[in-house]
Amino acid sequence: MAKKLAIIASKGTLDSAYPPFLLASTAIALGFEVKIFFTFYGLQLLNKELNLKVSPLGNPAMPMPVNIPSIIQIIPGIEWFATWMMKRKLKQKGVASLEQLRDICIETGVELIACQMTVDLFDFKNEDFIEGISRGGAATFLEFAGEADVTLYI
Amino acid sequence: MSPFDVELDTSGLNCPLPVLKARKALSEMTAGQRLHLIVTDVGANQDIPAFSKMTGNPLIESNEQDGKLHFILEKGAA
Repeated sequence: MAKKLAIIASKGTLDSAYPPFLLASTAIALGFEVKIFFTFYGLQLLNKELNLKVSPLGNPAMPMPVNIPSIIQIIPGIEWFATWMMKRKLKQKGVASLEQLRDICIETGVELIACQMTVDLFDFKNEDFIEGISRGGAATFLEFAGEADVTLYI
Repeated sequence: MSPFDVELDTSGLNCPLPVLKARKALSEMTAGQRLHLIVTDVGANQDIPAFSKMTGNPLIESNEQDGKLHFILEKGAA
């Protein structure tokens, strides 16, 4: 009987998008059955075009080349710069892109479930999302999570 | 280094790509064939043995040469 990994992906920033896809793809490689339930801002991870950002604002642990006071971080260009810097660093260090990890998840059979309630809440359209995802609610997740060996809320 | 059938060089790639690429390479091999996996991600020292143990593909040999990690994995029967 294969081990099972159940993940709730609830965040939509670039940094928070990595753990669900990274752990899911690795778990499949280790022989797990994996389901990811995308809710609230995590639904952004299912968009055809991933346009995720990372912000140093409210995130004092984010390493920056120079210390930027919070009052300055509200300037729009700072977020763009931090995102550009993070993406460049990920590439330099040979870390897979999110698109790459997500494609591996889809190819290897990770079940991607969009939370129906939050899809309705934010008026998201079917055509915004990638193909092959399923829909479900709290009970759908708990049915699988109840039998899972590992359950993560990210 | 022991003899091997397939070589996979993941130099420059970081976690979890070496494991994901090793899985793909092994899935295209037949039981008993050996994969020579080359990795520069130092986390592989822990990750590849864990991968080997969990997937039933025995780790035959591992060593470090010229700053790179070398692993020989044998494709398991399962």
